[in-house]
Amino acid sequence: MDPMAAIRETFFQECEEQLAELEAGLILMESGAAEAETVNAVFRAVHSIKGGAGIFALDALVRFAHVFETALDQVRSGTLATGPGVMNLLLRAADVLADLVRAARDNGAVDETRTAALVVEFTQVSNLGHELPPAPKSQPTVCAPVPAWHISFTPTPALYAKANETALLLRELRRLGPIEATVDTTHLPELSEMDPEGAYLTWNITLEADCAEQAIRNVFEFVEDDCHLEIAAATPAEPSLKPGDIITGDNGFSFEFFPPPVFDEEEPPAVPEPEHHAPPPAPVAKQNPVEAMAAKAESAAAVSATIRVDLDRVDRMIDLVGELVINEAMLSQRVLEAGIARASGVAMALEELEHLTREIQDSVMAIRAQPVRSVFQRMPRLVREVAAQTGKQARLVTEGEGTEVDKTVIERIADPLTHMIRNAIDHGLESPEKRLAAGKPAEGLVRLTALHRSGRIVLEVSDDGAGINRARVKEKAIENGLISPDATLTDDEIDNLIFLPGFSTASTVSDISGRGVGMDVVRQSVAALGGRISISSRPGHGSTFTLSLPLTLAVLDGMVISARGHTLIIPLGAIVETLKPKAADVFPLDGEINVIRLRGGYVPMVDVAASLGYSDEFVEPDQSVALLVEGEGGVRAVLLADAIHGQRQVVIKSLEANYRAVPGIAAATVMGDGRVALILDVDAVVKTTRSELSRPEPSVLEAH
Amino acid sequence: MGQSTNSDANIRELIAFRVGRQEFCINVMAVREIRGWTAATALPRSPRYVRGVINLRGAVLPIVELAVRLGLPSNEPSARNVIIVVQIAHQQIGLLVDAVSDILTANDANIQPTPDVSSDLVKTFVKGLLPVDGRMISLISLDHVLPQGEMEAA
Repeated sequence: MDPMAAIRETFFQECEEQLAELEAGLILMESGAAEAETVNAVFRAVHSIKGGAGIFALDALVRFAHVFETALDQVRSGTLATGPGVMNLLLRAADVLADLVRAARDNGAVDETRTAALVVEFTQVSNLGHELPPAPKSQPTVCAPVPAWHISFTPTPALYAKANETALLLRELRRLGPIEATVDTTHLPELSEMDPEGAYLTWNITLEADCAEQAIRNVFEFVEDDCHLEIAAATPAEPSLKPGDIITGDNGFSFEFFPPPVFDEEEPPAVPEPEHHAPPPAPVAKQNPVEAMAAKAESAAAVSATIRVDLDRVDRMIDLVGELVINEAMLSQRVLEAGIARASGVAMALEELEHLTREIQDSVMAIRAQPVRSVFQRMPRLVREVAAQTGKQARLVTEGEGTEVDKTVIERIADPLTHMIRNAIDHGLESPEKRLAAGKPAEGLVRLTALHRSGRIVLEVSDDGAGINRARVKEKAIENGLISPDATLTDDEIDNLIFLPGFSTASTVSDISGRGVGMDVVRQSVAALGGRISISSRPGHGSTFTLSLPLTLAVLDGMVISARGHTLIIPLGAIVETLKPKAADVFPLDGEINVIRLRGGYVPMVDVAASLGYSDEFVEPDQSVALLVEGEGGVRAVLLADAIHGQRQVVIKSLEANYRAVPGIAAATVMGDGRVALILDVDAVVKTTRSELSRPEPSVLEAH
Repeated sequence: MGQSTNSDANIRELIAFRVGRQEFCINVMAVREIRGWTAATALPRSPRYVRGVINLRGAVLPIVELAVRLGLPSNEPSARNVIIVVQIAHQQIGLLVDAVSDILTANDANIQPTPDVSSDLVKTFVKGLLPVDGRMISLISLDHVLPQGEMEAA
């Protein structure tokens, strides 16, 4: 990749991080829990994006970021109060900024009118009179024949308050040519009179560079309004430092200048302690200001040491560790078979190895694990937009953003979550008037929670709305022929009807969640991830959707079964329950298909071995074990097998890589004995039964 | 293993193996490894010549019983059988054969054309015949061991 493109990519990655921080900070401000540091962090985020965008000449982004930043500065200085209106404006500005960043990244387009409208709004709230800054010039400056410059640079407190650093500016300046800087401390007051946030220092800089004045001005471009800057051309200057001069950096160190021929020099008179003025100090030994800055930057980097690694490399490692685990299990088995005593050295060493392997596996899996924060952070914006479109007031509360889950899962939960939150606002929450009438606050609450529970991640979306209108759901289900009019259903069963295909409780098809994409789609995409979704609802108090997903897609929780001597894995997510069929409950439907009576309904039975063509004979139902499974769309069937050997976590292996897809088989895995076992494709097996049956199932929750 | 490039003679190295009473050979460059027989997991609804899949260091490797594929009688494999792991395009498959018998060096001049016979199997697989010490070794092509058309069919 060309180096500029790589830097650009890094910039956009960092932008995403800054945007996330911006959003998080604004939400904290909105909730009233913000501290001064929060406002600073928000300001810095916008400022960093603006700075970076300037380097890449992303003019539209720079212009908007500048307006945004100016408003935030006013918030910080207290001249702009953060009422609900202003907070709303800032949040929307954050959304627009995110759009602008993404448009710049993908060379896409943005809604110019929306951006322009926000700029106007900003001007109205803050009476911004400032001209927009000129877009930074990235082309090399034409150099004038002036060999040296004298620069006098006096920062005002505002410069520090905007998180600028003089050392950084000096370092920038040094890129133009060698510099010599002296600090003028004559305006430094007595310690007792000193304002800790004041600025009292002036830097006198001699720059030996053959360049135009504009090039120097460009260095100070972002702080122009916050300092007194004088630039004058000079003849090649003698070093303006005299022995004993003290150079004081802005981060609290001082540097004593010694002339090359060293002769004994008195210790300098008590230097005014720089710790007490100007920006936050850092203990730094005597060194060149620029180096000190670099050292500081390095230590900052060490605090959050992260690396970006290609996902393929991690996947390769996960594969190899999976092999290691299998090999280790095989080795253990061989050692056992060889009759080596458990207390022997070999067996003990092997046990050590086993612990190590498990630990390696856990650590490797942890590399791919990421907090769900990245998905959760997209939701506040969604809530704002959906609430605005539906004319409802909604507030999102998130919990457990730090809950970690595999990256592949994270990527795929965003859509179901989006849909569930849309649904919660559109269908769950009532209009402000209705809420007030019901004695609730006008603003509805949507709660998004993530937590780990028994090796799975559980996501909950709950609202404090009206809850499910069971009478209407039932009515609708009867109307659509989903259930028979005289069916008696429990409350829970009625609630879960909304997951059936073609079901929508909204009487009017709305723009938000009524696009013909119902909860059945959510349920299907969740099922595709090996997850389950359920709903509980209390009339008048709201509903809670609970989504449970495996922590990773690379491994699967399965039930190991055997059918006519073949070992098979059935995904645990598909299994509703296991049962021991009684001959009295089994009825032949036709020559081949039997149904079993299950809680008042009849469910077709599938002989696993026969359906896969392993055997022509059908197993006697009462000689076998049965597993009630649920496929796509809630289709149920009972699978018959010879025996269940228990639960196991298996690493998923592709059959297609070296062979081809096999009907009825989802994937393969390697068992502890080194043999391949096949993972059953429950949907396919259930479906073949249905097409063979070609008649509706009498199961209560059955869909057509 | 390195195939020396000799432009005019076009010398290639071949690996010869026995299937039943016949001998076959394939280009050694296609061979990834040779390993002993391990029990395979049967695949549902697969052609008769696909014995199943085995675990090759974590990859799922289909095993083709070459005898059946070439229309010869099937034999229940034992520990004496070997699996030749070959690379065909982007896939690896295992060929179940009776034993590896020889490594040969041959150029185009040594290889005699296959007589025109009506057998489709011979037309599909046998690319030439190689006389070695009074034996006849058939040079076979691996392109159609798992034919594309058959792969698409269920």
